[in-house]
Amino acid sequence: MSLKFEARREIPRWLVYGTPLLAIALTILSGYLLFMILGLNPGSTLYIFLVSPLETQFGLAELAVKGGPLILIATGLAIGFRANVWNIGAEGQLTMGAIFGAGVALAFWGDEGVWILPLMFVAGALGGMLWAAIPAFLKTKFEVSEILTSLMLTYVAALVLSILVHGPWRDPDGFNFPQSRLFTEAAILPVILEGTRLHVGALVALFAAAAAWVLLTYTVTGFQIKVVGQAPMAARFAGFSQKGTVWFSLLLAGALAGIAGMVEVAGPIGQLTPQLTPGYGFTAIIVAFLGRLNPIGIVLAGIVMAISYIGGENAQVYAQLPQAATGVFQGMLLFYLLASDFLVRYRIRIQSAKPRREVATA
Amino acid sequence: MTDFLVLITVSIVIAATPMLFAAVGELVAERSGVLNLGVEGMMLIGAVVGFGVTMSTGSAILGIGSAALAGAALALVFAVLVLTLMANQVATGLALTIFGIGLSALIGAGFVGMPIAGLPKLDIPVLSTLPIIGPLLFQYDAMVYLSIALTVAVGWFLKYTHAGMVLRAVGESAESAHSIGHPVIGVRYLATMFGGAMAGLGGAFLSLSVTPMWAENMTSGRGWIALALVVFGSWRPGRVLLGAYIFGGVTILQLHAQGSGSTVGLPSQVFTMLPYLATIAVLTIISAGPWRGRFQAPACLGQSFRPSV
Amino acid sequence: MTNDAAGAPPRLELRRITKRFPGVVANDGVSFSVQPGEIHALLGENGAGKSTLVKIIYGVLHADEGEVLWNGQAVTLANPHAARRIGVGMVFQHFSLFDGMSVLENIALGLEGKSDMRKLNDRIIEVSKAYGLPLDPRREIHTLSVGERQRVEIVRCLLQDPKLLIMDEPTSVLTPQEVERLFGTLRQLSAEGCSILYISHKLQEIKDLCHHATILRGGKVVGECDPATESTRGMAQMMIGAELKTLARRGARPRTATRFNVDNLSLATDQPFGINLKSIGFEVAAGEIFGIAGVAGNGQNELMRALSGELTVAQPSSIRLDGKPVGNLGVEPRRALGLCCVPEERNGHAAVPDMSLASNALISARNRMKLAVGGWIKHDATREFAERIIQEFGVKARGPESAARSLSGGNLQKYIVGREILQTPEVLVIAQPTWGVDAGAAAAIHQALFNLAQNGAGIVVVSQDLDELLTLCDRLAVLNVGSLSRAIDTADASMEEIGLLMGGLHGMSAEVPAVHGSAQNVA
Repeated sequence: MSLKFEARREIPRWLVYGTPLLAIALTILSGYLLFMILGLNPGSTLYIFLVSPLETQFGLAELAVKGGPLILIATGLAIGFRANVWNIGAEGQLTMGAIFGAGVALAFWGDEGVWILPLMFVAGALGGMLWAAIPAFLKTKFEVSEILTSLMLTYVAALVLSILVHGPWRDPDGFNFPQSRLFTEAAILPVILEGTRLHVGALVALFAAAAAWVLLTYTVTGFQIKVVGQAPMAARFAGFSQKGTVWFSLLLAGALAGIAGMVEVAGPIGQLTPQLTPGYGFTAIIVAFLGRLNPIGIVLAGIVMAISYIGGENAQVYAQLPQAATGVFQGMLLFYLLASDFLVRYRIRIQSAKPRREVATA
Repeated sequence: MTDFLVLITVSIVIAATPMLFAAVGELVAERSGVLNLGVEGMMLIGAVVGFGVTMSTGSAILGIGSAALAGAALALVFAVLVLTLMANQVATGLALTIFGIGLSALIGAGFVGMPIAGLPKLDIPVLSTLPIIGPLLFQYDAMVYLSIALTVAVGWFLKYTHAGMVLRAVGESAESAHSIGHPVIGVRYLATMFGGAMAGLGGAFLSLSVTPMWAENMTSGRGWIALALVVFGSWRPGRVLLGAYIFGGVTILQLHAQGSGSTVGLPSQVFTMLPYLATIAVLTIISAGPWRGRFQAPACLGQSFRPSV
Repeated sequence: MTNDAAGAPPRLELRRITKRFPGVVANDGVSFSVQPGEIHALLGENGAGKSTLVKIIYGVLHADEGEVLWNGQAVTLANPHAARRIGVGMVFQHFSLFDGMSVLENIALGLEGKSDMRKLNDRIIEVSKAYGLPLDPRREIHTLSVGERQRVEIVRCLLQDPKLLIMDEPTSVLTPQEVERLFGTLRQLSAEGCSILYISHKLQEIKDLCHHATILRGGKVVGECDPATESTRGMAQMMIGAELKTLARRGARPRTATRFNVDNLSLATDQPFGINLKSIGFEVAAGEIFGIAGVAGNGQNELMRALSGELTVAQPSSIRLDGKPVGNLGVEPRRALGLCCVPEERNGHAAVPDMSLASNALISARNRMKLAVGGWIKHDATREFAERIIQEFGVKARGPESAARSLSGGNLQKYIVGREILQTPEVLVIAQPTWGVDAGAAAAIHQALFNLAQNGAGIVVVSQDLDELLTLCDRLAVLNVGSLSRAIDTADASMEEIGLLMGGLHGMSAEVPAVHGSAQNVA
């Protein structure tokens, strides 16, 4: 008797969307073991991690506050990953978007005008696109791997932000803290739900995911992205431009990450600070994969990841669990997900000594 | 003045060594066809394990050994995913980094701010007392010499041994290697784990010698720079060594520029950016120049291979 | 079947070998034996199970059932090392070489254990001289011609002093002259007592070379014969399993309007080891099928990409479609004017394996068939078009939503050819139309091409298969190191003439050594 792996000829749909659930289950199981090793009560810690975020209205609103930027960024990244463009510098593009958006807010500080927020959106998108354009240019012009360039630019963006909040943009009345002035009313995203931090950013994220779904399902551009990613030679045969696709997917991802950054500073933060997010740009990579690079899946995955963030914060307070535990969970989830892909592509057979006869179908 | 130059050179060598370890390890993995983007994560695990074990046992050798094992163990997880379960190498590498950052922070939560002695300098008799040459060449700790020795050993292994030839062949064409009977997956497992062990050593050197302490995310991109160094070195150990020292130089120069206050009116962050900007510049020069044809990556790099049953 | 006069056991004997893959039985109870010094042909169509069988003999694959006997003893061939140790050598159809490494390293990698590189270097020179296979051990593989690469494989085997040499379709990449030279080497080996298992579907070759033939069809042995006495027609019928249909050679027709015109087309390759095209010129009339012959790697890829528009040239008039210059236009503009193409590689070039057949219709037909309008995909129209291809070309598939990779090679090829033909192109450029396709599908594809030409389209067929070109084409020319020969009428072309054009400089350069003659003499 032995195990045998056979490549599937046709891949069942339910398996593609079912395996993320398996990965989540395995992650929870591993978390249980991890908490035991750390000497915590695994049951109650898991409860704090997974259920407590869902218990209050405030918690539910926070899911949208944290899930929004994750969904925005992951949607852009997923389109890139489908085109085989490995932009892993969304965190930097987010930072640049935040800087550009904040630049508008600070330039018109104290002004009132309904145009300020739209202008901040545009500025945020442009900031992200500018940062994403660098790897796009280097890849299309010189074939430099976008993996390393986009990541290096993340460090650079963080330092640019640091320069600004330590220097020119530092709040003059802020006791020398490295942060900008608090934005004025006109530059703050309106709250949708009284008593929570839920703001219109979440709606923007849902809109972006829906638009991306339409793009991928009904447009030639979406088809082009998929063909370029799966079979570059076939894309050339189809008359699709490889370079155009690289530019499109990087600029789109940059714009969405930039908007996510701008939404963070104009929403929950309300000013520019040296540390804008707990690594949304990187977590969004996991969100994209967990959602199977499908915008609808990404919305669900974004919510799951938001739970892990809020649960992580709660666990930090109530179970004295280090914040890094969240990262461990997220990494594990991605591992399990990638491993479970094997089940999607291969059928596992238990082979007895005398294999049964098979009928040729080909 | 000479003393100052010697001091600078010594600090460049020390700054370069973590990246050298990691890059030479990654080079071996890549020559076998495996692209492991998890170097940053493996270095961090090496750093925290090396620090923790050294601190709790008092034995640096034990700490360094454990760091190598921890790096290899993490690489083994990666190898199972990409070699046995055929997962995408890029995505899995990213997962490894995210996981490594989180796990190292979790393990190291109790070590933050703890002091440690650091590695002793070897102080080779007679030689280390020579003027200039002594401090320049003979007053490092053992790991610096180890990094150079391993670089030379890897170069020799790849070029002159049968096993090294098989490893290169596996990276050149997995199909061909398999059809004439070489164990492609086995070779790749070993190469990947060697890469992990080396990344672990690089991390341990960071937390035990460069800055004898543990801090979250203390590699701050060195793992990624090591990946760039492999490209820069066009998959040859000698050139990777050169590249590591050049990058060490950039790191030290920016630190000195900041430390000595000679920042010519620029914010210090501009200098901190230099290694990252230099990485981008170097990758561009390597990819764009007229010599691009001579910097060929292993033909099978990053591709999954599954022998037909 | 083993009536060896000496009574010695056969060198190799297979007993009831069975090997299954998901959904297909590749070998089904295969038995035959090979005598010492015998050149034994294993004859069968693509997909008959020949390659699977020899991989089992070489230890790359393992049989599910059955026995392998070596000199009368049952043996287990766990891997190629085990096979080599008992004296089995194999020359692969797709070479098992490493492009970026030297000839010496490539050979060392294929030998058992570690070798003293200096001694090996000398032995390579020695052996390659003795068998008329000149090689420079220091050269890197990517600098060698296809014929030279095959020599590396053969020398690698010979250094092991093999008792049985397996050759898998060795001549598909050679010019007729190179084939003769190879046969000389094989006859010399046979005379020295080495058995040769020769896999091919080319009947004339088998008649010329082999002592005995085993014929496979659908994974089973369907017959044995002495190729010297059996007619090629008889062998072909055993191989195909049906009465051979004779394709009527079309009579020469008067040349009418020129539809497609290539004039002084030159192009520098963009690939690391590619071939530059040098002032290629030919023209195709309405209703004409024009063939481009040549050994692989002589610029076929570059030519295909230049004709399809994947590569463009600065001089628009170097390619003209119905008189319109199109040389500077990309793929889609050319397609809009009526130039359709079928690239050689099905998986990943002509089709995306993981996408549905319907999506694959969008690849090349979205504009001409109005499957997408203003950037929006019309999914219903796309499915209908895919359904039409499946119907009209008899593609065996579950439906338009089946993944392309779930189809067999022949069915996918029919789908791809159908996709282009149903777009009613003015000119069709098609590479290797029936490569790796079963006889039924091949006949269907040939018929479809005839019909398309009958309706007035111009067709260009790029193929390495001379028999196919002679069947299909009115005229043909040979591509050789990026240059195209003059065109000749197939009606009065001789194999020798085409062979000489194919040889050109390729493989026949000054390095043809004196030892070549002595190798021939032994045989």
